[in-house]
Amino acid sequence: MSGAEVTKSNSQLIQKAMISRNYDRITSGECKVSSTFVPGNLNELLMCFDIANNLPEINAIQNAMRKKSGDMIQEAERSGHSEDVCTYVKADIGMMAKGNIAPNGKPFRDPDMLLLSYSGCFTFMKWFELLREQYKCPTVMLHVPYAADGQPTQNMRDYIVKQLKDEVIPTMEKVSGIKFDIDRLREYLRKSAIAENNLVWMLEQSKRRPSPIDCYFGGVYYMGPIFTAFRGTDEAIQYYDLLRLEIEDRIAKGLCAQTLDGDMPEEKYRLVVEGPPNWTSFREFWQMFAEAGAVVVASSYTKVGGVYDYDGFRHDPDHPLESLADYCLGVYTNRNLPTRVDMLARNLKEYDADGLLINSIKSCNSFSAGQLVMLREIEKLTGKPGAFIETDLVDPRYFSAANVKNRLESYFQMIDQKRRAGGFVTGIAAVGA
Amino acid sequence: MNPRSVHDIVAFCQELFDDLDFTRAREWKAAQPGRGVIGYMPVYVPREIIHAAGMLALGILGGGADLEVIHGDAYYQSYICRIPRSTLELAVTGRLDFVDGMMFPSTCDVIRNMSGIWKLMFKDKYVRYFDVPQNFKDEVGGVFYENELRELKEGLERISGRKITDEQLNQSIAIYNENRAWVNKVYDFRSSFPWKAPSAEVYLLMRAGMVLPPEEHTLLMQEYIAAAEAENRPMRDNCRVVLTGGFCEQPPLPLIKSLEISGCYIVDDDFMLVNRWIQGDVETTGDPLRNLSRAFLHHSGQTAAKYEPYMDVKGKYLLDIIRKRSADGVIFSAASFCDPALLDQPMMISRVEAQGIPYITLQYAENSGQMQPIREQSGTFADSIKLWSGV
Ligand code: SF4
Ligand code: SF4
Repeated sequence: MSGAEVTKSNSQLIQKAMISRNYDRITSGECKVSSTFVPGNLNELLMCFDIANNLPEINAIQNAMRKKSGDMIQEAERSGHSEDVCTYVKADIGMMAKGNIAPNGKPFRDPDMLLLSYSGCFTFMKWFELLREQYKCPTVMLHVPYAADGQPTQNMRDYIVKQLKDEVIPTMEKVSGIKFDIDRLREYLRKSAIAENNLVWMLEQSKRRPSPIDCYFGGVYYMGPIFTAFRGTDEAIQYYDLLRLEIEDRIAKGLCAQTLDGDMPEEKYRLVVEGPPNWTSFREFWQMFAEAGAVVVASSYTKVGGVYDYDGFRHDPDHPLESLADYCLGVYTNRNLPTRVDMLARNLKEYDADGLLINSIKSCNSFSAGQLVMLREIEKLTGKPGAFIETDLVDPRYFSAANVKNRLESYFQMIDQKRRAGGFVTGIAAVGA
Repeated sequence: MNPRSVHDIVAFCQELFDDLDFTRAREWKAAQPGRGVIGYMPVYVPREIIHAAGMLALGILGGGADLEVIHGDAYYQSYICRIPRSTLELAVTGRLDFVDGMMFPSTCDVIRNMSGIWKLMFKDKYVRYFDVPQNFKDEVGGVFYENELRELKEGLERISGRKITDEQLNQSIAIYNENRAWVNKVYDFRSSFPWKAPSAEVYLLMRAGMVLPPEEHTLLMQEYIAAAEAENRPMRDNCRVVLTGGFCEQPPLPLIKSLEISGCYIVDDDFMLVNRWIQGDVETTGDPLRNLSRAFLHHSGQTAAKYEPYMDVKGKYLLDIIRKRSADGVIFSAASFCDPALLDQPMMISRVEAQGIPYITLQYAENSGQMQPIREQSGTFADSIKLWSGV
């Protein structure tokens, strides 16, 4: 989630330093390392055992932004991995085949454990079974049931807590040689909640006109620390304090959202976006929005590592394991489609957006399967036009800039048309699916 | 009544297979007031509970090769497998209007998300996403699963309007135990005499189990084995293969036929795993939900949708089948865009390769039309196996 030199704000510089320190720690050999996933990321628990947190999804994103993922994916395909599956997995496997070099230029050490937080995505299970073949290290499954009826049940929560007690914590104790201390966990969770409060404040600032921030492209930077290896740390608290000050300053100055090329001069369109961004052409993709004067005021991707705004979840030091369970159950992709529809429809209304854009990811069934139905439902609920584009996460072969640009342009025209007519124009037919 | 010939039994199964209006299931429902039908998707649901609720468990395996998908494509992108779009096509065209509820097991994210689509689009239907544990300890995954089974039971009680007693459940468990025993007998019979039980026939016979009540399906299998045993059919010089990866979206029937025509007897497969997911009998005394749970945890099949906690056990299930069936090779088949099958495949291939077992891979969609390339590929595979085994 840290990109190239895209912004020079202090918070960005600090985040960059945090991320590189984490990579140095992971590659140093001085501590135990666990790999795990962004959704269902149990960072505070890992911290209780002084285990460093390595997130293969983030490594794939880093490689994509550095234009390295394409070769890695092809390398994985040459070794027998299907063209049809998640490109994060193949970027990761290809990276291993190409020397397993971390973004800090040093080789990754083999992880000491794989924490398979099976939350919100089927692919996770196979991904870590595949990595286990390579690393042959302890692999612990944390099965997070899908919140299929909208609300997690007590049975689901109890099951997760039991797995934490019976499987996850004992494995971490064994790997690290450190005894579990629940008070240490409470302290980290207390810190998580402080940063989470600021994070939610930040998310809600894009209700303003103009929005001082972009909550999709910019949002991935803002979410960085809390989604990765820093939730529960003092560094994250400081980062979000600083970010808040910066955003307050932007608000005071009446600035439009910050982009890669400075502040947007004018806010013409306000969008809600569903689905992850494309990473291989991240800059180009963002520019298409910025040049048109389009700001993203809310996105589902900024909820992929945890949902904090929709129903007010915070990590709770008084119920440490239960709150980790609730966190895992509540990540965006672990929520059922009606909830995802409700979340987005509410965003459209509460953030006074012009419409919903879905960036459908070719190789991600967790997000993508059902998005066309979601689009229809949300159009029906809000009366606002939707549009649909298709790209991929980290496979450059599936980002067609001309195509995406064309579709975005037609979409913006459609919004203009709707404004002129003062009525509703359906997006699907005009923009195509 | 004279026993039916193999031809007649297979024709009956073919008729059920071709009937995308599910007339038989509709008739079953209409025959008695208060009856209900619960549809389910692959891979596994505990049909015993549906049966005990006095309902018919109806396996929905997509629309097959012949269904023209008109609406389904508007709901699914081109890079998603075909089974959800053809299943949705069945629903939006009213072919599932008699179905009272649908169950979507935790097979993959596509089926998982279908549960939400159903909730959004068919608001009057009972929709159950059915999660199975990926932790196999009695006191952890077992407790979770028993509670899930209880919730399912209560949900079915609500829609059927009748309480399900333990006794009824135990009876249903016994009925499915018998059904599974006969499914296994059919598989054993085919493996022993593959020329007498061609795979396309066995396939249709198993498909019949998706739409018939289990008691009727059991009788049908008994009838088939008796008829097939009596029939004189020529033995071909085919090699013996296990086909794996087709546990969800089904290949078109001509594909199965093509494999045999080109020289491969399929001696085991993972189509319709629900028919034989539980290995052996489920206990029929005591707490039925606990018994179903224990059977799942400790005596169920292995497929890509299920986590394997131990790396050294990964693939053992397939290797055991290969050994048990004296197979010469493996065909890894997978529906295009099928995450579970395709992500699992490299691991399974490595196990098979380590044993020096020949294999090929092939991809299909339920409506794949071109069989010639597949016939050539499997023909070459069969020839090479014969060549090597002859050395
Ligand atoms: S399938 Fe989607 S959610 Fe799952 S790992 Fe890949 S990108 Fe992430
Ligand atoms: S074919 Fe594969 S990806 Fe598609 S629904 Fe079935 S299991 Fe899921």
